[in-house]
Amino acid sequence: MKRRISFWRVATVLILGAFAVATYLRFTGGLARVTNLSDSFPWGLWVAFDILCGVGLAAGGFTVAAMVYLFGWERYRPVLRPAILTAFLGYLLVVFALLFDLGKPWNVWHPLVMYNPHSVMFEVGWCVMLYTTVLALEFAPSVWQKLRWGRGLLIWKRITVPLVLAGVLLSTLHQSSLGSLFLIMPQKIHPLWFSNLLPILFFISAVGVGLAMVIVESYFSSRAFGREIEWHLLSDFGKFMILPMLIMAVLRGFDLFQSGGLALAFAATPEAALFWLEIGLSILAPLVLILVFGASDRPKLLMVTAFLSVGGFILNRINVSITAIDATVRAGYFPSFWEVVISLGVVTLGCVVFATAAKYLPIYENEPLVERWKRPVYVWESAPAPKRDAVS
Amino acid sequence: MSYALLLDTTRCIGCMACQEACQTEYGFPVHEEKTLSATARTSVEPHGDTYVRRMCMHCESPSCASVCPVAALRKTPEGPVIYDEKVCMGCRYCLAACPFGVPRYEWDSVTPRVQKCTMCHHRIVEGKLPACVEACPAEAVTFGTRKEMLAEARLRIMSNPDQYVPKIYGEHIVGGTSVFVLASVPFEELGLNDKLGDQPMPELTWKALSKIPEVVTLGGAFMMGLFWIIERRNRNMKSQGGEESSQ
Repeated sequence: MKRRISFWRVATVLILGAFAVATYLRFTGGLARVTNLSDSFPWGLWVAFDILCGVGLAAGGFTVAAMVYLFGWERYRPVLRPAILTAFLGYLLVVFALLFDLGKPWNVWHPLVMYNPHSVMFEVGWCVMLYTTVLALEFAPSVWQKLRWGRGLLIWKRITVPLVLAGVLLSTLHQSSLGSLFLIMPQKIHPLWFSNLLPILFFISAVGVGLAMVIVESYFSSRAFGREIEWHLLSDFGKFMILPMLIMAVLRGFDLFQSGGLALAFAATPEAALFWLEIGLSILAPLVLILVFGASDRPKLLMVTAFLSVGGFILNRINVSITAIDATVRAGYFPSFWEVVISLGVVTLGCVVFATAAKYLPIYENEPLVERWKRPVYVWESAPAPKRDAVS
Repeated sequence: MSYALLLDTTRCIGCMACQEACQTEYGFPVHEEKTLSATARTSVEPHGDTYVRRMCMHCESPSCASVCPVAALRKTPEGPVIYDEKVCMGCRYCLAACPFGVPRYEWDSVTPRVQKCTMCHHRIVEGKLPACVEACPAEAVTFGTRKEMLAEARLRIMSNPDQYVPKIYGEHIVGGTSVFVLASVPFEELGLNDKLGDQPMPELTWKALSKIPEVVTLGGAFMMGLFWIIERRNRNMKSQGGEESSQ
């Protein structure tokens, strides 16, 4: 046990060291110094992984928030805070990683004052900005609880529902818009991945992977902090995953059949192989594991299912933004060593911050906030004593 | 007034005077480059016996301007699509979106800019000709209003039907451009993509983007309704439970 921890510590230090070097190289030289990007292939690993996957993998935040606050499913509250923290950190990391990818990162604030409502990226930028603010507010109670600021919690209680609602709408918009980014270049995208439904496919796959990420998160935090895993809750998440995967299977099958792209899936090309690997990991394998092998009731198998589905999701985003485009422009793009180091470093940084936050803030406390309002500590705060009615 | 350029590949002699004039005008080191680059906003590519001038097509509905999140690229009333490096944040969506693969990026620079032809917009507004037009010794490029250039192109095709394919590249493609190309062989043979279709590319995005108001209002109303029903039901259940326990 101890050795494993020290191994991860050494790995973390090594990665962050390399990340520091990569950062220096990136900002003292141009993009050409650290990336394999080119005029015919201007978006690479950082867009595919750090941004498209980063935003998608953080979708658990709005999904679980909607389940607990809008649908009133209180029993899922134990996984709410970890999901929101993951989403909040996820979005902060996306913005952080964006600073490496942008040619002129010091102009990153320009969309605030320079508008182009016809640009999908303008819309994504605004949604991400607003939603990160929403996530900060959704996460704030953990901090206020730590600081024992009762009034903050009361104010927060009043704005929760509109906040969560705004979060769900903003997420719907930008999760789907990340797919819309590719609508304007049909000629550049291999038919196995181009679809007019890209925005819908991106949204549904994000909801699915958000559920899977809740399971994956629980696994990591159980290993890192020795926490018990709430198997009865995760089992439900396993079952919830079925729906988005079924919708994805139907939509993609139907769409490829209609566009005639399906024939290309049976050609002997690397694209076809990657296509089937993606479909297998993101849809077929998890569906079979849950429906045939009852994975949702078998802890180890459930973990495997969730990991496969996350892997399939990542491969999907990489396929849309790298495989499908390289198949037509033939730039022969493959990420450089430093591109990988920076992506890896960003993820590592996220894990370190998550672990630190989980250590010092009440992330894993299961009772609803309101239960804690009864504690006398809030009485001497100027907040009014909660009425029985409000405690529900 | 909307201007345009007419490129006649049957007249081009591949002397590269256009590239030299362009590099001089924009302060790049004058040196021959066979393809577009960050230091060559225009180039002449040999395809068999034909020389094909490559440059920004200055679309009527430019993809680059439509995707730019900060409107650093913009279609001017005079026709050229121009770029403001002070506004650009370097997302390179324009490079990804351009159907003609024109914009180039200064990958080696710490303060990188997009490089593409601006049809010498600053000269046009001063009433001067674009630098390349002035420099071309073979009259392979002609400058005038978009209407004039289309008429001129039609005239050349009609008066020499054996010399030209009966089509003006740029008249309808992706909704029309402000650069027209004439050729004696099918455009695909000259490396010009003729399969892009006549629909302006930004319309593809707009189909999705224009649904946002509906998603927000209908989605918001639906979820508010759902929340109201569920919340009310939960409260009713709780108050009933409370009465029972107090009895």
